[in-house]
Amino acid sequence: MEYGTTLFTAVIALIKILFMVLGVAMPVASILTWLERRQSAMMQDRLGPNRANIGPFRAWGITHFLADALKFMAKEDFVPPKAHKFLFMWAPIMAMAPALIVSAIVPFGAPFCWDHPGGPVPAGGVCAQPLPLQIARLDAGLLFYFAISSLAVYGATLAGWASHNKWAMMGGLRASSQMMSYEVTMGMAVLGSFLVYGTLEPGAIVAQQQYVLNLSDIGHSWGIFSQPVGFILFLTAAIAETKRTPFDIPEGEPEIIGYFVEYSGLRFGMFFLGEFLEIVFSSAIMVTLFFGGWKVPFWQELQQLFADHPGHFFTSSVAFSVLTFGLWFVKVFMFCSFQLLIRWSLPRFRSDQLMRLGWQRLLPVSIGNVVVTALVVLWALK
Amino acid sequence: MAVGVKVVNRPGSFSQQMYLPAIAEGLGVTFRHFVKNFFGNITGNRKNTDIATLQYPEEKKKYPARHRGLHRLMLREDGQTRCVACMMCPTVCPAHCITIVAEEAPDGRIEKRPKIFEIDELRCVVCGLCAEACPCDAIRMDTLDHAKPTTRRVDAILDKEELLSRGLPSHATQGGVGAFWREKVKGEAQTPAGADVSPSGPPKGPTPLA
Repeated sequence: MEYGTTLFTAVIALIKILFMVLGVAMPVASILTWLERRQSAMMQDRLGPNRANIGPFRAWGITHFLADALKFMAKEDFVPPKAHKFLFMWAPIMAMAPALIVSAIVPFGAPFCWDHPGGPVPAGGVCAQPLPLQIARLDAGLLFYFAISSLAVYGATLAGWASHNKWAMMGGLRASSQMMSYEVTMGMAVLGSFLVYGTLEPGAIVAQQQYVLNLSDIGHSWGIFSQPVGFILFLTAAIAETKRTPFDIPEGEPEIIGYFVEYSGLRFGMFFLGEFLEIVFSSAIMVTLFFGGWKVPFWQELQQLFADHPGHFFTSSVAFSVLTFGLWFVKVFMFCSFQLLIRWSLPRFRSDQLMRLGWQRLLPVSIGNVVVTALVVLWALK
Repeated sequence: MAVGVKVVNRPGSFSQQMYLPAIAEGLGVTFRHFVKNFFGNITGNRKNTDIATLQYPEEKKKYPARHRGLHRLMLREDGQTRCVACMMCPTVCPAHCITIVAEEAPDGRIEKRPKIFEIDELRCVVCGLCAEACPCDAIRMDTLDHAKPTTRRVDAILDKEELLSRGLPSHATQGGVGAFWREKVKGEAQTPAGADVSPSGPPKGPTPLA
């Protein structure tokens, strides 16, 4: 295959999509369903589910997610008699699909050189035939993220409406109001990063974050240091978007169960998995924006440390890509774990508190953040 | 009619209203517990963790010494049952779970022994009155175990052999301090101070039934 042809691009894109969905998203989301129970147990001085096993293979009960999947498949797929059959069937897919589509813009490793995969990483990381480890390089990257993730609200709302159930309906309405309120803050938080890095393309944003923290060049430091307020705003809004405690008003287990109250079996499993997929990719976006994506922390310092040696610290382009992918994976996984930590530590908000926090606190702060960032960029960084 | 609105001004400093310090504190608490339990558990050092879970079939908590549970029938020193089929326990049993059919004992000094001794553990209310009523220390509930679950009801009815299989030789005097306790107490009243008057000591009457 010739580099740059349509066929080449299509095949590579397909491989990347399959890798991202089947190699990263689904396994991580599945394991998170188990990890959530196990981690919350450890936080609450319990052991958690540790018994599922395949023969002698037990591994702390990690196969619980397989047992869950089997159970979901064996259960009756119940459809309420008065439900809107078509929307009832499609709502779980509409809830799950956006999270998977968002994976297209996330850069998950350093681009490697197609012309000499085994060769050294060229100076500056620019090679003749780069193969970015990112499914789609969109100049509108983050706008694409907002466009798609705001579609997730349809899954929840339609599930609530199609169920023909008062509680599901209330859950769906709450989901739509909550997700729309927090999307505003989320967009404003990202606007700060956009002002600092001057691009919306996630790959370019990662490339800009060369240092962990460089006080003399804050515009090329990790987002957590160049946009600390933006990070907290984005984190809060992202958790609200995943509809989990402390923002689990749409689900509300103690009161209305939520928009999926009528769902059973594999359809409920899709909502369940979709929630964890959202965690994975909101973590991935946060890592991209605020924690340097796949960038190796202190890479400049490491290179100086190994400057005496001939060639580079990592001489193979492929090996460097694998290393950076591993690092990206670890970062994302730690962020997922951090979201679980938040979910099992904080009490939930009331519906009116949620709205007050979103519109009266977070939104003014995010606008202020944008204004201050713009002024700093205008006068201090240029 | 207009609904009145009562404005409650809750006290709180700026840092309290910002939530963030309290959130960080709370996350710190849960994270400390997680780290302690996670590393203690993964290194197999459960003593350093706070984990309260008992992994039941493998790990069991011992019942306390005075636990009242599954019945057993005690034995004489020659291995025969101590039960003399006096019918005290089925009489006192509030759940009517004990069935005794008596037969003549071959030993001339004992009148009866149980031919059938069955306890329906499904009916038993574990009150302990049978063990309380037994004059021979024949029936006890101190196995430190509970009635086992069964898949068939008939398996919950324990017969004599099963009850005896958990039994141990009892050294208690049959029938309390002995059949001739009146004489014994009288005799003890006349014994000089310092002599053995403990009721658990060997009675001075006829030799107890072995």
